[in-house]
Amino acid sequence: MERFLAQNWTVIQPALFLTFTAVVVLLVDLWLKEEERDWLAYFSLVGFGGAGVIAARQWMATRALESPVTGFGGMVVLDTFSLLFQLLFALVGFLAVLMAPRYLERRHMQRGEFYALLLFSTAGMSLLAGAQDLIILFLGIEVLSIPLYILAGFARPRLDSEEAALKYFLLGAFATGFLLYGTALLFGATGTTNFEGLRNSAAAAEPRQNLMFMVGVALLLVGLGFKISMAPFHQWTPDVYQGAPTPVTAFMIAATKAGGFAGLIRLLYWGLAPARDVWMPLLAVLAAVTMTWGNVGALLQRNIKRMLAYSSIAHAGYVLVGVLSGSLGFVAVLVYLLIYALMNLGAFGVILLLEDGEREVLDLEEYRGLARFHPGAALLMSLFLLSLAGFPPTAGFFGKFLLFTAGVSSGLLWLVVVAVLNSVLSVFYYARVIVKMYMQEPVEAPAFSRSWLLAGALAVAAVGILLIGLYPTVVVQFIVS
Amino acid sequence: MNAIGFPVLSTLIFFPLLGALFIAFIPAERPKTIAQVAFGVALVDFLLSLVVVFNFDPTKATFQFVESRPWITMFDMPVITYKLGVDGISLWLIPLTTLLTAVGILFSWGSITQRVKEYYILMLVLCTAMLGVFTALDVFLFYIFWEAVLIPMYFLIGIWGGERRLYATIKFVLYTMAGSALMLAAIIYLALGMMDQTRGLTFDLLAWYQVFIPPRVQLLAFLAFALAFAIKVPLFPFHTWLPDAHVEAPTAGSVILAGVLLKMGTYGFLRLAMPLFPVAVKEVAPVIAGLAIVGILYGAAVAFAQRDIKSLIAYSSVSHLGFVMLGLFALNAEGMSGGILQMVNHGLSTGALFLLVGMIYDRRHTRLMKDYGGLWRVMPVYAALFLVVALASLGLPGLNGFVGEFLILLGAFQANPWWAVFATFGVVLAAVYMLWLFGNVFFGPITNPENEQLPDLNRREVLVLVPLVALIVLIGVAPNLFLAPMQPSVEALVDHVTRAAMAMR
Repeated sequence: MERFLAQNWTVIQPALFLTFTAVVVLLVDLWLKEEERDWLAYFSLVGFGGAGVIAARQWMATRALESPVTGFGGMVVLDTFSLLFQLLFALVGFLAVLMAPRYLERRHMQRGEFYALLLFSTAGMSLLAGAQDLIILFLGIEVLSIPLYILAGFARPRLDSEEAALKYFLLGAFATGFLLYGTALLFGATGTTNFEGLRNSAAAAEPRQNLMFMVGVALLLVGLGFKISMAPFHQWTPDVYQGAPTPVTAFMIAATKAGGFAGLIRLLYWGLAPARDVWMPLLAVLAAVTMTWGNVGALLQRNIKRMLAYSSIAHAGYVLVGVLSGSLGFVAVLVYLLIYALMNLGAFGVILLLEDGEREVLDLEEYRGLARFHPGAALLMSLFLLSLAGFPPTAGFFGKFLLFTAGVSSGLLWLVVVAVLNSVLSVFYYARVIVKMYMQEPVEAPAFSRSWLLAGALAVAAVGILLIGLYPTVVVQFIVS
Repeated sequence: MNAIGFPVLSTLIFFPLLGALFIAFIPAERPKTIAQVAFGVALVDFLLSLVVVFNFDPTKATFQFVESRPWITMFDMPVITYKLGVDGISLWLIPLTTLLTAVGILFSWGSITQRVKEYYILMLVLCTAMLGVFTALDVFLFYIFWEAVLIPMYFLIGIWGGERRLYATIKFVLYTMAGSALMLAAIIYLALGMMDQTRGLTFDLLAWYQVFIPPRVQLLAFLAFALAFAIKVPLFPFHTWLPDAHVEAPTAGSVILAGVLLKMGTYGFLRLAMPLFPVAVKEVAPVIAGLAIVGILYGAAVAFAQRDIKSLIAYSSVSHLGFVMLGLFALNAEGMSGGILQMVNHGLSTGALFLLVGMIYDRRHTRLMKDYGGLWRVMPVYAALFLVVALASLGLPGLNGFVGEFLILLGAFQANPWWAVFATFGVVLAAVYMLWLFGNVFFGPITNPENEQLPDLNRREVLVLVPLVALIVLIGVAPNLFLAPMQPSVEALVDHVTRAAMAMR
């Protein structure tokens, strides 16, 4: 019994550590004065850092094992795939926390809940990455989402933040319904919620014959598609990302999406692998629609947060190319999600840098002539935007290259052609920001707020983008092994 | 492999980048120091490129000064190598790049007064990227440099350009990106398709040369590559970005655009498209030659219609590059070596023309022909230098343009006499618009009183032009000096294309 318990605890150790820190943060909050609230951020940093260290150590140990460790009766697995994702979540959480304190302080909402909710949400993602059962998949998504519903509305008196929260909550609840109904139907069709069981029964019977199975799969994809903002379930994305407090948006854009993809890959390849020819063509078409929709939408935006939200939809489409491409695709997806997280966190970091009191610089017109006043900020923003657009020698190019290589190698040449044409389209709106910053005359000097924590986050993102761009071997070797 | 004993190509490529980094640490309040350091860096890099030229063995067809080390390793395979080398085809493009960068920077001393530091940093970064394109022997590496060229040029046009600079720079970037996007897909597709024959995923160009690609794939892949290169060249009808970008760019930007960037397109055909897809090349050569001829005539005709000196020169580039393409796709040794020589010639003469226009623009801030006239009397040195360059550009015997065009026409005639017939009209038209331009600007009475007191060229400006004019004359009188080293490589390429196409029959 004791060994059984010990093994179970091991399997969810990073998630446990995150939850534990979240509780500590909530408790410590009670004793802190207003001006000491930065300690909450430091505690959370320890939480994310610790979770990262635990995941890294477990990853070292797991690599040597023949078969991965499972826990809770085979419902959760601890393998390199899950641990790499957990490392990514910890990194994103860490950087997001670095970006938060000054923003919160200026709005007098630096409270323990904020950090605790970030930690809880990340714990949900950790669970999701190791899911081996539809129940855990569901549980992971809920633990991930519920804190985010609150966080999206954290800037409470502000209307668009409340709107974001409500919209996210209502649509999220709806997606959860789909997920749950899909789970029920799959259980009805196969008599199990375990991925291994699903796999076996899908392999034994012709899945196309079984209507209940097919509908169940479709409903599950709707639910997960919502989380990764796959078209046509992406409608919430621009509103929520625009309205949510900027550090929360940065966290959502980088981490939530990665969590959603972790869950999707788990479901598709561990649970529904034999039904590959059912979901493959469907998702390929949706990937093409997603990237095109995202890019066209981004072309029309005047608000930089909204533009980045649409761009994140487009990037979800690119990542889907990797998701559909088997094991080489997983490597590509992981590398890309890491790069994607760095460039988005970086871009949002620069937005945070330009705050004027409580007012944020969000209208694209306000970026005019930024290079004159804040050359450093403009340079960083350009780096992140060029990386998002996929220009070499930034990491964004290498990431796309990996995704596209994986795509072509699994016979998705047409989808890759759609994707490269889409990246050309995307250059237009990323470049427009650079045009504003460097090539147009300024209207007024934008504000600038200094923060060492934020500077640290930006430095990590910028160095990461350049390092991965110039010497990608580091990351690829790490992930492949 | 390396006769010199140190990695000369890497040094050559990355020295300007190091210089740019160094400049980043000079305070912006000292624009003079910055400009001087930038010129010093460019000059040293030019000397380095001469080291390459003088140590190049002209009897060999193989790549020289080769450097190779694994760069990106995946699955314990060196998938992408950092591989550089020079052969007869790329040899002259390297000193051309460094020379035009150096004179471009020297010219800019007088005309760039705003945001000086960023300007010189970008010029040097651009130099690094261009040299990378001409020396990369790994397709992935080539693509990286190819795309990286866009970023500095985008800023150069967008920040220091003329009135319509924003439109021009976005158009330039989007056109080029649109072309190269499909090339990326094709590169990935080819690399994966060759995996069996190259024993694992590799982007090493020399390994790719050994593989015979099935003809159907060749055709599709060729089209994807050709689109990227044809936009860059630009081949008619993909030229519409060129007048905007060339006219709006700052002078040194136009020099680099016309002098070097366009050659990246023709070089791409020579280095990638022709050796990799010989069957497809043989098949579509008549189409491309036809488009090239249309470009020659169309470019010349439109150039004649221009009122703005700079856009006249821009359109003349369309015509000249048509000649280059015609020479290359004649697919024989005469045409091809003429085409390669003409790439260098066009870089020198059009580069010099843009510099000359820039010099007069800095004095009068107009580029319209009607604002000038009779300048011969006020600015004799300027007029003399302009005349030499204009004559070179229209192909006067004894100057460089003649040699290139003659060889191209010779090659085109062997391939198809009609090609040569039509192309010859282009030579005539070139004389018409160039002399018309020259007459309008320099002859006749001084119609505009503002032109009475124009100062002639200063020492720096003469210094900018002298090396270009000297080379124009040198290539004109001793073309063999420049043709001989490229001969073995050109013959090997022609041989490769012909044999592969024959084998298909």
